[in-house]
Amino acid sequence: MEFLNHFGGVFEPWAFMLLLGGTIGGLILGATPGLSPTMAVALLIPFTFHMSATHGLVLLGAAYTSTVAGGAVSAILLKIPGAPANIATALDGHEMARRGEGARALHLSFLSSGVGGIIGILLLIFLTPVLAQWVLKIQTPHVFWIAILGVTVIGSLDSKSFVKGLLSGCIGLWLSTIGYDEIQGTERFIFVDALSGGIGIIPALIGLFAIPQVLDMMAKGRVNALVEALEVPRQKLADSMRELTRYWRALSIGTVVGAIIGLIPGVGGQIAGLVAYDQSRKMSPQRAKFGTGHPEGVVAAEAANNAMVGPSLVPLLTLSIPGSPTAAVLLGGLLIKEIFPGSDIFVKHPDVVWTFINSMLIGQVLMVVFGIMIAGWAAKIARAPAPIMAAGVLVLAVFGSYSVGQSVGDVHIMLALGIGMFILEKFGFSAAPLVLGLILGPIAGDNFTQGMTLAAAQDGPWVYFFTGTLNIILITLVVSSIAYSFWNNMLARDDTPFDEPARRDAK
Amino acid sequence: MTSNRLQHIVPGLAIFVLASVVTWLSFTEQPAQSFLFPRVISVVFIALATWNLIRAVTGMSKIGRGIPVATVKNLAPGLAVMLLYVFFGAKNLGFYLGSVLAFFAIYSFYDPASWSSARDWIKRILVSVAFMAVIYALFAVVLQVHTPRGILF
Repeated sequence: MEFLNHFGGVFEPWAFMLLLGGTIGGLILGATPGLSPTMAVALLIPFTFHMSATHGLVLLGAAYTSTVAGGAVSAILLKIPGAPANIATALDGHEMARRGEGARALHLSFLSSGVGGIIGILLLIFLTPVLAQWVLKIQTPHVFWIAILGVTVIGSLDSKSFVKGLLSGCIGLWLSTIGYDEIQGTERFIFVDALSGGIGIIPALIGLFAIPQVLDMMAKGRVNALVEALEVPRQKLADSMRELTRYWRALSIGTVVGAIIGLIPGVGGQIAGLVAYDQSRKMSPQRAKFGTGHPEGVVAAEAANNAMVGPSLVPLLTLSIPGSPTAAVLLGGLLIKEIFPGSDIFVKHPDVVWTFINSMLIGQVLMVVFGIMIAGWAAKIARAPAPIMAAGVLVLAVFGSYSVGQSVGDVHIMLALGIGMFILEKFGFSAAPLVLGLILGPIAGDNFTQGMTLAAAQDGPWVYFFTGTLNIILITLVVSSIAYSFWNNMLARDDTPFDEPARRDAK
Repeated sequence: MTSNRLQHIVPGLAIFVLASVVTWLSFTEQPAQSFLFPRVISVVFIALATWNLIRAVTGMSKIGRGIPVATVKNLAPGLAVMLLYVFFGAKNLGFYLGSVLAFFAIYSFYDPASWSSARDWIKRILVSVAFMAVIYALFAVVLQVHTPRGILF
């Protein structure tokens, strides 16, 4: 119950102000189509440079939780998911809004997000220290395999194409090796001067996530990008709260599915919402109503994508492996503050970590309160014209990536990666595995080099990396992850031939 | 061969060339100790890049619609502004002047409102200046980030 001792830190004036600002700002950013939680957190990281580690993490944590929930606003009112996590919410939520039940859908969405989110954070509070003790048994080769596992999981699940997902992860791993090798003091793959310091995580994150969205907005040309928002008539909150209890089944399924998926390194909230929606539909006596504006669909999807938030930080804080792409960005935020996740994080930085986790718990409550208050207003923000959004995000990306190291080279890298990612995305590649490769690359690389040195002094690399119970378990997981994705990819046959795009659209 | 298949082959080939260069450098550059991990990555990288290229050539690579010509035409002016802004304007004109010009250019070009209305031009100028004022307040005043001044501001 150590976390109870650190609640005071959340209510310090500056920390609470950041929590409030992060929550409200996150809700607005989340409601803005195209600004995903990952991008919102990535854009906020430069603002944390001048803050203490605790305050910076409070801001990022608040933005993380509220952007995920805020994405439901545009999903319900505009049928444009604010983030991939809200795709399932749009299926029934928008149909409800079209029937004039927008406020009901928004209330149910924020309330179920709050319930799922609080349970998720409680799991984080109670599971993390337990796992942190267990993590003490983990050694160099195990960390290497865990890093590889993280890349394979996200590389295979976040991309529609198995080979392109793994290839993206591989490109990320290679990018992470660019720059000076600190152990040998030699240059690696420095083709231009801007690369001499290596590829910084933050400029890369901003470029990979923000620039493709700017280019996507521009790709539509001079069209009227304004989308008509639906009217949101008033609805009593008490009625919505009573109604939520009637949907206990969808709420439970969403929360459990979200929490489990959050614990798996690298899976991400977008999958949690869709899997929970699917499971809830399969188990509902009213399954035929799903997709026609059934509240259970909104409740299951929103409970899941917020229940995922807390557990996604468990592998992050104990194993340095993010449970979602946004958690991967948070890992960057932790590393910048010289807080290295691992078994001893609760011993070395108890104040920082517990205040951060507690702030996310309080943030869930604030998210529900402010979410319901500003839902209607946020819909107007969501109607910001695309040209202003494109120009604004570009300028913010340039300033954000420059401010990290006050280097114009970082801005060049940011733009180059962004344009490259935009092209790759058009051919089925995904930014998430690439970013994870970039982040996990140094962890895998350092442990590999260290392991090889230790192995040379012991029984050789084969024995060191491929024997022992934990090594075998982890290798099995890596192989299973790749095999499952390969099998799934073969079965799904989701990839419509490129010569027949019209037929796919007609479905 | 369809144009779409060709569109998949071009990036497939580019990634294959990149993977080949990475593999070649990883195995030829010294000291070997420094390139141990890149060597492991490059072996997987070249294997996956080859697989991806084979899929593209045989028409099995189906995910992604490629980049249609209409998209390129729409993107061209915005992309030109982005490149000029990042690689020339920001450093030579000054970060804030370069940014406000880039913001104004992108907003004006992609704004569906009339180009012949003076009222719309005033609105574009006001929005651009207001946005940059917020950015200036945030980065220069609050965060005290020192940006390149260039010839102006």
